[in-house]
Amino acid sequence: MKAFRYASPRVEDEAVDLLEDRWGASELLAGGTDLVGLMKKMVVTPELVVSVNRIDSMRGITADSTGVTIGAGTHLDELLDSPLMDDYPAVKQAIRNIDSLQLQSQSTVGGELCQRPRCWYFRNGYGLLADQGRHVVEGENQYHAIFGNSGPAKFVSASRLAPVLMALGAEIRVVGPSPGDETTMPLEFFYRIPRNERQRETSLEPRQMITHIRLPADAERSCAVYEVRRGAGPADPLAAAAAHCRLRDGVVEAARIYLGQVAPTPWNVEEAARWLVGRTLDERTAREAGEIAVARATPLSKNAYKVQLARVSVERALRLVAGLDCGGF
Amino acid sequence: MKDSKHLRPPKAGFSRRDFLKGSGAAAAATAIGEGVSGAVAAEAGSSVVGPGPVSIALNVNGQRRSATVEPRTTLLEVLRYQFDLTGAKPISEDGSSGGSTVLLDGKPVSASTVLALEAVGREVRTVEGLHGDPVPAAFVANDGQQCGFCTPGFVVAVRAFLDKHPSASEAEIRAGLNGNICRCGTYANIIQAVLDVVKGGSDG
Repeated sequence: MKAFRYASPRVEDEAVDLLEDRWGASELLAGGTDLVGLMKKMVVTPELVVSVNRIDSMRGITADSTGVTIGAGTHLDELLDSPLMDDYPAVKQAIRNIDSLQLQSQSTVGGELCQRPRCWYFRNGYGLLADQGRHVVEGENQYHAIFGNSGPAKFVSASRLAPVLMALGAEIRVVGPSPGDETTMPLEFFYRIPRNERQRETSLEPRQMITHIRLPADAERSCAVYEVRRGAGPADPLAAAAAHCRLRDGVVEAARIYLGQVAPTPWNVEEAARWLVGRTLDERTAREAGEIAVARATPLSKNAYKVQLARVSVERALRLVAGLDCGGF
Repeated sequence: MKDSKHLRPPKAGFSRRDFLKGSGAAAAATAIGEGVSGAVAAEAGSSVVGPGPVSIALNVNGQRRSATVEPRTTLLEVLRYQFDLTGAKPISEDGSSGGSTVLLDGKPVSASTVLALEAVGREVRTVEGLHGDPVPAAFVANDGQQCGFCTPGFVVAVRAFLDKHPSASEAEIRAGLNGNICRCGTYANIIQAVLDVVKGGSDG
């Protein structure tokens, strides 16, 4: 690990003030499950690490009639254990899917959303885009993107919470770039596909950070997640889907479907969601929505199999929303 | 962004901002130093420290221990190389093996991905601190290890798991221990050991 300076501010503004205005010069540290490994491999080499773990305002969960607010520094196991999250069983399921006690008690919600891609070219020092995508196109791309991969970015978004939080309509509160600045935006706007190595996979500026995640009240409780994994264990899923529907007598009034692990961002499959509106959610429509969801996939040379997995993820997430068994193991 | 800016060494020269941060570092180093001699080490406050060594105090297995660390020093490195608590193992760099599992404020974390400075003011419990606990006894009774390298991480993870799920089923145990890997494949005996503790067997 390269030597760095370290700060552990107590308030949000102080953290913003400490951050450098160039990506990579400073890094935010939360649970450390991702950043510390990246620093050991010298994939990221900050001169300053700013820990958010002593900022009390970024910890804990509060609820009111309009929804819940989760501090970005709240640990995943705290969400699992909190009765305030009982209205969001799909979020709890997504955390349970992570399936490692250590990751659940060490990772924070904000850190989970901000974790860097697992792309092995990136993790082995070839850069986020791995020579403008050439390494991926010509190389080992079996775990890379099947959507949103026409530009140089071919990696897949690593977050396992983002799809379900986006399906639930989550917003984030962001502070910076100057102390005192704050904005609220849909979580969907947080992710973007980088076009060059000077950009990152989020729309934030280097001196901004997420402080809170807000979920609207979810009275319908009709949200579900489904992940396709290589068997038991904490390894990353090959494809995942989160679906959220407002149902009336089994008929879909509104729907949102997001795929995970298939694109450089959590991937909004609007066509499938729009197609469902006005239809009865059952085995047949769930299957057809899955097919619509992957109709425009653009797999690379070695990952066409992920199209099938993404289709099945959507179908099974929708079956769970409808209260059917997911149809798989 | 222009290329010329890219070519410039990132930290050439002085700026007022750097200077202020630098003087803050000196002050903070003193503050942490005092932490060792008596005051609360958690006061390792908001100023910038490092990249050079700073003195800290850690609470490990109920004992107050002092150490000299750089900001990049991990908790695992301090435990093993300064405190000679070699139970937690440096198996994976990114914590994916579970081999470096310790309890931080009672929760299981990978010491290999926790900076030592992050553990200041918190309670660290290592496998050495589980002496006399029924979990290691059950591992011995059930032959829950082969080469034994992953065992300390497993023992700590099992302790944390059972603290939360004292009457877990076999399926829950298998799911709960997914964050630990045994390359010898002694999972069957490990699960049996945990089931024994759940049932109150094996002297425990």
